[in-house]
Amino acid sequence: MDLPTVSELIRTADPQHWRPGDAWLAGGTVLFSYGSDTLQRLLDLTAAGWEPLAMNDDGLEIAATCTIAELYTFPGAVPPRVRQAWPALDLMQPCCDSFVASFKVWNVSTVGGNICTGLPAGPMTSLAAALDGTALVLSPGGTVRRVPVAELVIGDGRTALAPGELLRSITLPATALRARTAFRRLSLTNLGRSGVLLIGRTDEDGSFVLTVTAATKRPVQLRFPSLPDAAGLGAGLAEAIDAGLWHDDVHGLPAWRRDMTYRLAEEIRAELAAPAPAPEDGSL
Amino acid sequence: MTYRINNAEVDAAPFPGQCLRTFLREQGTLGVKKGCDAGDCGACTVHVDGRPVHSCLYPAVRAEGREITTIEGLADGAGLADGEALHPMQQQFLDAQGFQCGFCTAGMVMTAATFDEQQKANLPRNLKGNLCRCTGYRAIEDAVCGHRHTEADTASDGGPRTVGANVAAPAGPDIVTGRARYTLDVPAEELPGLLHLKILRSPHAHARILSIDASAALAVPGVEAVLTHEDAPDQLFSTAQHELHTDDPDDTRVLDSVVRFRGQRVAAVVADTVGAAAAGVRALKVDYEILPAVLDPAAALAPGAPEVHPGTAGNVVAELHSDIGDVDAGLAAADVVHENTYYSQRLQHVALETHGSIASFDDLGRLVVRTSTQVPFLVRRTLCRVFGLKLASVRVLAGRVGGGFGGKQEVLTEDLVALAALKLNRPVQLELTREEQFTATTTRHPFAVKVRAGAAADGTLTALALDVTANTGAYGNHAPGVMFHGCGESVAVYRCANKKVDARSVYTNTLPSGAFRGYGLSQMIFAIESAMDELARGLGMDPLDFRRRNVVALGDRMVSTAPEPAEDVHYGSYGLDQCLELVSTALAAGRQRAETSGAALSVSSELSVSSGAADDGGWLVGEGTAVAMIDTVPPRGHISHAKISLREDGRYGLDVGTAEFGNGTTTVHAQLASTALHTTADRVVIRQSDTDLVDHDTGAYGSTGTVVAGKASLAAAEELATLLKGFAASLFHHTSAQVHLLADAVECGGERVPLADVAARAREEGIDLSAEGRWGGTPRSVAFNVQGFRVAVHAGTGEIRILQSVHAADAGVVVNPLQCRGQIEGGIAQALGAALFEEVRIDAEGTVETRILREYHVPTFADVPRTVIFFADTDDSLGPMGAKSMSESPFNPVAPALANALRDATGIRFARTPFARDRVYLGLRAARVPVEREAAAPAV
Repeated sequence: MDLPTVSELIRTADPQHWRPGDAWLAGGTVLFSYGSDTLQRLLDLTAAGWEPLAMNDDGLEIAATCTIAELYTFPGAVPPRVRQAWPALDLMQPCCDSFVASFKVWNVSTVGGNICTGLPAGPMTSLAAALDGTALVLSPGGTVRRVPVAELVIGDGRTALAPGELLRSITLPATALRARTAFRRLSLTNLGRSGVLLIGRTDEDGSFVLTVTAATKRPVQLRFPSLPDAAGLGAGLAEAIDAGLWHDDVHGLPAWRRDMTYRLAEEIRAELAAPAPAPEDGSL
Repeated sequence: MTYRINNAEVDAAPFPGQCLRTFLREQGTLGVKKGCDAGDCGACTVHVDGRPVHSCLYPAVRAEGREITTIEGLADGAGLADGEALHPMQQQFLDAQGFQCGFCTAGMVMTAATFDEQQKANLPRNLKGNLCRCTGYRAIEDAVCGHRHTEADTASDGGPRTVGANVAAPAGPDIVTGRARYTLDVPAEELPGLLHLKILRSPHAHARILSIDASAALAVPGVEAVLTHEDAPDQLFSTAQHELHTDDPDDTRVLDSVVRFRGQRVAAVVADTVGAAAAGVRALKVDYEILPAVLDPAAALAPGAPEVHPGTAGNVVAELHSDIGDVDAGLAAADVVHENTYYSQRLQHVALETHGSIASFDDLGRLVVRTSTQVPFLVRRTLCRVFGLKLASVRVLAGRVGGGFGGKQEVLTEDLVALAALKLNRPVQLELTREEQFTATTTRHPFAVKVRAGAAADGTLTALALDVTANTGAYGNHAPGVMFHGCGESVAVYRCANKKVDARSVYTNTLPSGAFRGYGLSQMIFAIESAMDELARGLGMDPLDFRRRNVVALGDRMVSTAPEPAEDVHYGSYGLDQCLELVSTALAAGRQRAETSGAALSVSSELSVSSGAADDGGWLVGEGTAVAMIDTVPPRGHISHAKISLREDGRYGLDVGTAEFGNGTTTVHAQLASTALHTTADRVVIRQSDTDLVDHDTGAYGSTGTVVAGKASLAAAEELATLLKGFAASLFHHTSAQVHLLADAVECGGERVPLADVAARAREEGIDLSAEGRWGGTPRSVAFNVQGFRVAVHAGTGEIRILQSVHAADAGVVVNPLQCRGQIEGGIAQALGAALFEEVRIDAEGTVETRILREYHVPTFADVPRTVIFFADTDDSLGPMGAKSMSESPFNPVAPALANALRDATGIRFARTPFARDRVYLGLRAARVPVEREAAAPAV
C-alpha cells in the first residue's frame, strides 16, 4: 500500500544518513504491506549493489538485500563439490517454502528484511539461527558489530537493532554448513504461516544443535555435546523454554506449539540418530 | 522520470512512498486490482521485466526504466479489441470459465501466464499468492491446465439449446482482459475534481463524543471539509437493506455523537487526495466521555447491564419464542437424549473487492452514487430517506461487483459519500481498506445454540428444543432477519411433533454482525445437524438412515416456529431423498477406493471411541454427513422488474435490476430470455443494477438472482416473443400461429426476415417491440443440499485431511451446470474456511485482532480439496423453467458434516467452529487418558 507520509526516498546504505523518521528499505515487502502513517523518509539499500551471496572457505555471506528468489536458486547453482561439502544448503529451499508469501513476493523480498522484521515465524531467522549465522550490523556512529542471528531477534516483532542500525549481511560459518541437518515444520493450514519450525543439526564433531523458531517468541537454541536420548532432549526443552516463551497468536495456541515442539524435536532426534541416507548421486 | 507500461512510455512521477499498484491505476491501467493492498491476495499482480510481482508491495520508483506489463498489455499487441488474439492463459480462463466475480482474475492470469510445466504441476504452492473467494479453485485449476468447459448453446440442428447448456458468462472477455469495470474503475477524466474521503474511527467500545477539534485537520493542504455528527442528518436508519425497511431496526446515524464499537465512524475528512484526507484524519482532536461497555452477550444480558442503545431493555433487539407440542413429554418419551451447546464463530465475508462508492452529480443535477452493492434500488431508497431526497433526484448503480456474500446487502459507504458530495457539491469517493473491512464492516453473527433433542428407539425424533443467542454487535441491522431465518428451514426440515425455540439477538459493544451467506442457517444447521448425528449414534443407527426417517417428505408440513407452515412455501419440487441417496452411494463407493478410503494412510488400529484417539501417531478415519434446506426466496417481499426490447441490430436488449457479483445470474438471465425467444444467449444483451433501467428490484440477496429476477426476465421475454410473432405475422400477412422465431430472424412458410429488418420495420410503423416482466417473489419453493465427508484426523498433530468430499444439490432444473457447479464449489470452499480456520477475533477491550489476511486466513488453492457435485433430477413448478436457487445454501451443511466426520473418526464431539489443528489436537489430548506426552513434557 502507499506510504503517504513519506516525502523522500534516498538511495543510501550509510547509517550516518539515518535520522528519526527514516526506515531502511530493502525489498519493501514488509513496509509496503503493513503501511505506516509516521515514516518520513525511505533509505533505499538496494542501490548499494551488494553481492547477494559470497562464498569463501570460512562460509557463506548472504547480503541483507539478497532476495528470497536468489537464495532459493542458490543451492541448485553451486558447483557439486560445494553442495557435497555443505549439505546444510539443503535447508535453504524448505526454509524459503516456509514463507506464507508467494514466490512472486520472493522476487522482491529479502533475507535481511525478513530477519529485521523479527517475526517468530520468520523463516530466514530460522535458517540463519539454525546454522549459527552471524549478523554484521552497521551503526550510525560508524561502528560495526557482529551479533548471532539467534540473539538478534529478541521477541515478537522485536530485534536487538538500535535505531538507525542496519543489517549488512549474515555469515553462515562453514562448520555449520558442513553439518547434517533435519527440518520439521507445522502450520495450522496447508502451506500457511509456520506455527512450529524446528531445525536440528549434527556437526562433524558429533555435537547436536536444535533451533526452535515460530513456536517461541524468539529463537531458542539447545546445544548438546552429542545426540541426546529422548528424555535428555525433553528435559533440555523444558529447561530452555519457559512457559511464557511459547508464542501466542492466531497461528497456534501455545499449548499446541509446545506439544508440537516436543513432537518434532523427537522426530528430528530420531532422524539424526539413524544412519545418514546415501547421497543421491552415490559419489561418496 | 520515464516509465514503460505495456510497451508505451509514460511521463509521470510517483510520489516517494507510492506503491506501483496505485501508480499504475493512476496511469489508467484499471485492470490492476486492490484486494488486500498488503501482498496477500495477488489481485494486483503485474510483470516487472517479465517477472510477476505484487504491485501493492513494489515501490513505484523502482520500476523506473523497467518494462511493466499489466493485464491490459499481456497479449501480444496491447490495446485489445474484440477479435484480437488473447494470451493463451486469458483464453484458457475464458474456456474453463476460471472465475466468478472476476476480481481476482487479472492477477490469476498474470501469475499463471508465467508458469512453466513444472510450476503448473504444483499449483498449491505456486498459486498460494492468489486468493479467490468465489470459485473454490477447481475452475481455476482447470483454466491453468487448459480444460475447456464452456460451450455454445446451439443444438445439432442449428437451433438454440439454451437451458442446460454451459453457456459462457457474457462478461468473460472483459474479465480476462482487465476491461471489466468494477466499482472504482472509473477513468479519472470521467470524474474531474474527484475528492477522497477518509474516516476517523473510534478507539473506544462505547463513548460519547464531547468535542471534535477540526482546526488542524482543516489546515492540512488539500483538505476540503471535515464532517462530524453535527453535519449528519438526525434520521435514524438501518444499514441492513430489505424490501421493507421496517424489518430492520432504525438505530444508526450517518455520524453519531455516541460511538458503540471500536472502529465506528467518528468523523470524516474530505480532501483532494487520499493521503491528504488521511493526514486530516490524523490531525483531528476528539474528546470522549468513556461509557461502560458490554462486550459479549452474557454481559449484555446480565441484570443491570449498560444499555448499548438507550431504551432497548436488556439489550435484546429481537426475540422469538415458540412452543409446538410438548417438548418435555417428547424428551421423556425418548430413548436417547442429546444435550449440548454449539458455538459458531464470527466470520468475515472477504469479498475481494472492498466496499467503496463514488457520489457525483449528473447533467440533470441528480445525485449519482456508483457503489459496490448487491442492492442498488434499496440503497437509493435509503439515501432518499436519510437525506430527505426524492427518488427521482437520486440514481444508484453498481458496476461489476467483486464479490458480496451478503456483505453488500448493507449501506456502509454510500451514506457518507452522499453526505460529503451534497455538502461540497463535488464528486467524492470512499474506498475502504482491507483493514477497515475487518474492523468496521459487518460479519456473520456469532451464535450459541443450546440443543436438547430426543429420539425413540425406532429412530423417531421425539423432541427438538433450541435456545439460541445471537450477537448482533453494536447495531441491529440484520439481527431480526438472521435470527428468524436461522430458526426457520433448519427446524422445518425435520418432522417432529414437539419443537420449542427460544431465540434472542443481543446488542453488544462490538463490531456489528450482518447478512452473511446462509443468513443464520449455517449456525443453526451446525447445531441441529450435530445433534441429529449424536441421536443416531446413540441409537446405533446410520446417521443417514436416521435422517431419511425424520426429514420432511414431499407434502409434509414444514413447521418451524409457528404451528402453521408459511402459507407461500410449497414443494415446487422435492429432491432431498435423491440427495441423501447420492451422497450415501458416493461415500460407499469411496470406501472401496484406496485414495478416498484412507487405506493409503497408516491408520490407527486402535480406532475406538472409548480410547479417545489413544494412538498418538496414527490417522483416524471417519465419515460425516449433514442436510440443509432453504426456501428459494426470502419472505416478506422480493420484487423484480425487467424490460426487454428488440434492438436495432437485431439482438435483444434486456434490462434487469439485479446485480452481478459472481453469482452468474447474468448468464442465467440471458439463457432464460433466449429460450423464450428461441435464440442463443449471446444475442441477449444485458444491462443491469442501475436504478435508471427498471422500476424496481429488491436486489441480489437470498439467492434470488435466478428465481425472482430470472422469473421477471423470463416473463418479459415470453411477452416479447408473443408481440414479436404478432408483429411478424403482419409482415408476412399470415397469422401469428404460423410465424416462428429463429435465432436471428423470423420465419413464415419458408420466408425469413432478419430480426434487424423486423426492428427497422417496427420503427417505421411506430410499433414498440418491447415488453416488461415482473415477479413478486411468492409463492416460494424449497431447495436442498447434502454434504458428505470422509476425513482422516492425525491424533498427534490435529491435522484434518479430507479424503473424500461429496455434495448433492437439489437445484431444480440446472440452467447452467457449469455455473451452478461453480457456485456450489465456491460455497463449500468458503464453508471449509469457516469450519477449519477462519475466525474474526475480538479482544477483551473490543478491538478486532484479525486485521489483515495473514491473520485471517481464507482458503488458498492448497486448502481446498475437490468436491464431487451431484444434482438431483427435479423440475420445480414455481421457479423459472424449473430452476431453484443455489447460491447461499451449499455453505450450510459443510461445517456439521465435517464435525460429524470428526466425531466419527475420533469419538469426540467438537461443538465449536473452527476445527483448527491446534484445537483439534488439544481436544484429543484432553480426551486421552492417560496423556502419554505429559510424562515427557513437564507441565508449564
